[in-house]
Amino acid sequence: MLYRESGQFKSTYGQDQQIFPILQDRIAMVALLVAAFVAVPIFGDQYWLAAIITPFLILSLAALGLNILTGYAGQLSLGTAAFMAIGAFMAYNAMLRIPHMPVLGAFAIGGLSAAAVGFVFGLPSLRIKGLYLAVATLACQFFVLWLINRVGWFSNHSSSGVITAQRMVIFGYEFVSPAAKYLLTLGVVAAMALAAKNLMRSETGRAFMAVRDMDVAAAVVGIPIMRTKLLAFAISSFYCGVAGALYAFCYLGTVEPEAFTLDLSFRVLFMIIIGGVGSILGSFLGAAFITLFPILLNFASKGLEGVLGIELDHAMVSNTEAIIFGGLIIFFLIAEPNGLARMWQIAKEKLRLWPFPH
Amino acid sequence: MKRTALAVAALALSAALPATAQNEQFVPANFYWVGPYAPGGSGFGGGIIDYMAMLNERDGGINGVKLTWEKCETEYNNARGVECYERSKKKGPTGATVIHPLSTGITYSLIEKATADKIPVISMGYGRTSAADGRVFPYVFPLITTYWSQATVMVKFMGEKLGGMDKLKGKKIVLVYHDSAYGKEPIPVLTDMSKQYGYELTTIAVPHPGNEQQSQWLQIRQIKPDYVILWGWGVMNPTALKAAAKIGFPREKVIGVWWSGAEEDVLPAGSAAKGYIAAGFNSPGSDFPVMKDIQKYVYAKGKGEFEDKSRFGSIYHTRGVVAGIVTAEAIRTAQAKFGKGKPITGEQMRWGIEHLNIDATRLKALGATGLMPPLKVSCLDHEGSGLVKFQQWDGAKWKVITDWMEPDRKLVRAKVEQDASQYAKEKGITPRDCTSD
Repeated sequence: MLYRESGQFKSTYGQDQQIFPILQDRIAMVALLVAAFVAVPIFGDQYWLAAIITPFLILSLAALGLNILTGYAGQLSLGTAAFMAIGAFMAYNAMLRIPHMPVLGAFAIGGLSAAAVGFVFGLPSLRIKGLYLAVATLACQFFVLWLINRVGWFSNHSSSGVITAQRMVIFGYEFVSPAAKYLLTLGVVAAMALAAKNLMRSETGRAFMAVRDMDVAAAVVGIPIMRTKLLAFAISSFYCGVAGALYAFCYLGTVEPEAFTLDLSFRVLFMIIIGGVGSILGSFLGAAFITLFPILLNFASKGLEGVLGIELDHAMVSNTEAIIFGGLIIFFLIAEPNGLARMWQIAKEKLRLWPFPH
Repeated sequence: MKRTALAVAALALSAALPATAQNEQFVPANFYWVGPYAPGGSGFGGGIIDYMAMLNERDGGINGVKLTWEKCETEYNNARGVECYERSKKKGPTGATVIHPLSTGITYSLIEKATADKIPVISMGYGRTSAADGRVFPYVFPLITTYWSQATVMVKFMGEKLGGMDKLKGKKIVLVYHDSAYGKEPIPVLTDMSKQYGYELTTIAVPHPGNEQQSQWLQIRQIKPDYVILWGWGVMNPTALKAAAKIGFPREKVIGVWWSGAEEDVLPAGSAAKGYIAAGFNSPGSDFPVMKDIQKYVYAKGKGEFEDKSRFGSIYHTRGVVAGIVTAEAIRTAQAKFGKGKPITGEQMRWGIEHLNIDATRLKALGATGLMPPLKVSCLDHEGSGLVKFQQWDGAKWKVITDWMEPDRKLVRAKVEQDASQYAKEKGITPRDCTSD
């Protein structure tokens, strides 16, 4: 009843093309941003900020990066964690080796380095497609970790291969507290999500989607396949690289290359599959599902123990949580193969007609 | 109906509890019970919890302060480990007393966070070796012994077996390591010692998780080393022993790190493990008086962490008990200074650990003579002992074959201070002055 666009007239192209053409959506988005930027840091306690919301945002950014490549441009990749590792280690090196390096500049260098690597490993995509391309990007995953492990330069010759993020200072303000780190992460993620949304609505984004849907047809209508595919790899890797830098600087603080194993690549891939392939919102929903749900289940089982007043065998509970989580993934994929973002869209469409569906 | 009534009663009880039970000391139990490393996590975690439960049952806690804990599953995963740490740090009347991360990776992730939160991290036999320099790492305690100390003792042990340290000259030693921060930790020390003693060191990495090692051991067969040091973890260990048996490399010449030397590491390898030697900073067994007390006060009452009673007194279990002893003794030390019978804060706990002194008489009183080496920690030295024992698998159980052996303290300390000062420089930390404390 409230969610209805009747009476909202568009008199310019600008109004017609805006991201949220419906007034209610705009209001909701502003409310969400205000909540995220103001209410969460004020009311959120340290545990929520440092251990839950910040990693959720960072992994959302990584999922967004992969979604640009896989969801929009149709190139399957298993190298996400490797690009994140490049971002983290290059941002660390930028801070270490370049005097007076601003921290955002270091993040950008991390992202650009990842983009360069993504460009190189995107070259096979010109000849191979689908699952075969996934295998090629798998090579990237192993090669990058091997390189970081073997070449001492990346970790400043630390004997254990571990790097410790430097202090983050912007305009004389040092980002130390969880709330400050959260705000920095949120700022970067929000800006990059907006950029991604707009990019996907532009000519570049349409070229991505044309290549995804049928690259021969795209070539026929004059879209340069090579440029488009490599651009998709570079942009996607840039996003992953920045996410990796944030992972090191704003979340863990100290990282070893093992933080970026194939496991993480798969997790990010699951995020976009569950959240919605080819959707900006889906990246966030998927990241929320994969990162927050296991913790939620853990709290639920703790709560259950409290209510029943018994102590369950911990190993059994932990394994059961994993089983329930796996079951839920299968349930959601069966219920809506196009992901949570599609569910959200259907809900919105239903809401427009409610309470008089035809 | 009956169940509902029970639940209501339990709810009422749990609501009434916090009001009466303020005299508690909270120790988080952030370990892992699932995944490939679960034997280590559940064994160590079981040991520390069993010891605390025994103290509560036998003595009513420490000077009347009950020990409490809550389990949190870290899955040996850095991100989950940090999440558990953040979740547990505010629990209990004084917050988390001390954290045992039981993972080198999680320890690294917690160094800065815990230092900022003033919660001590005890990384007993793992973690960042250079944290032994307490001036740079005030809140991190790689207690009892570190990887570098252990590496020097291993070389010493091999020298003794060969009939003198000068016999090491020209010998070939291969390090087979888990390709992670943990596995790479001993390389600088072993390299330095190879220059000193003239042996030839080859390092061979095994990628995680290590269930495929054929090519690595074929390489070893070509090298024909005099000794192989096995720096493995989890499934990598039995795989390595089986591979060694396959190429006919004598198991008596394979020396394992303490994370490669538990029952869970050799049993899956079957007869291939017989004769294999591993280092350790705790001894297995259920005959120590402290273990008998745990049996009597915890397991005899139907409690206790293990359903499988054969794990009682295993290496991981007694290692956890050692961690429990260290934790409880540090709390006791801190209470003696800051007020007996009162819960202490993390900051006071740091003081307690830094003034921990478990000598032979105290060990006897605790019923832990031989279970662990004597321990004396100071502001300067966060390691406290450095002693290592060796044990050999006879096909059915671990047999201790040496007494406590001294590490090369001079070499280790010099490297620790060098690494710590580099860290301090990178992070802009001014090392503490330890003379006044």
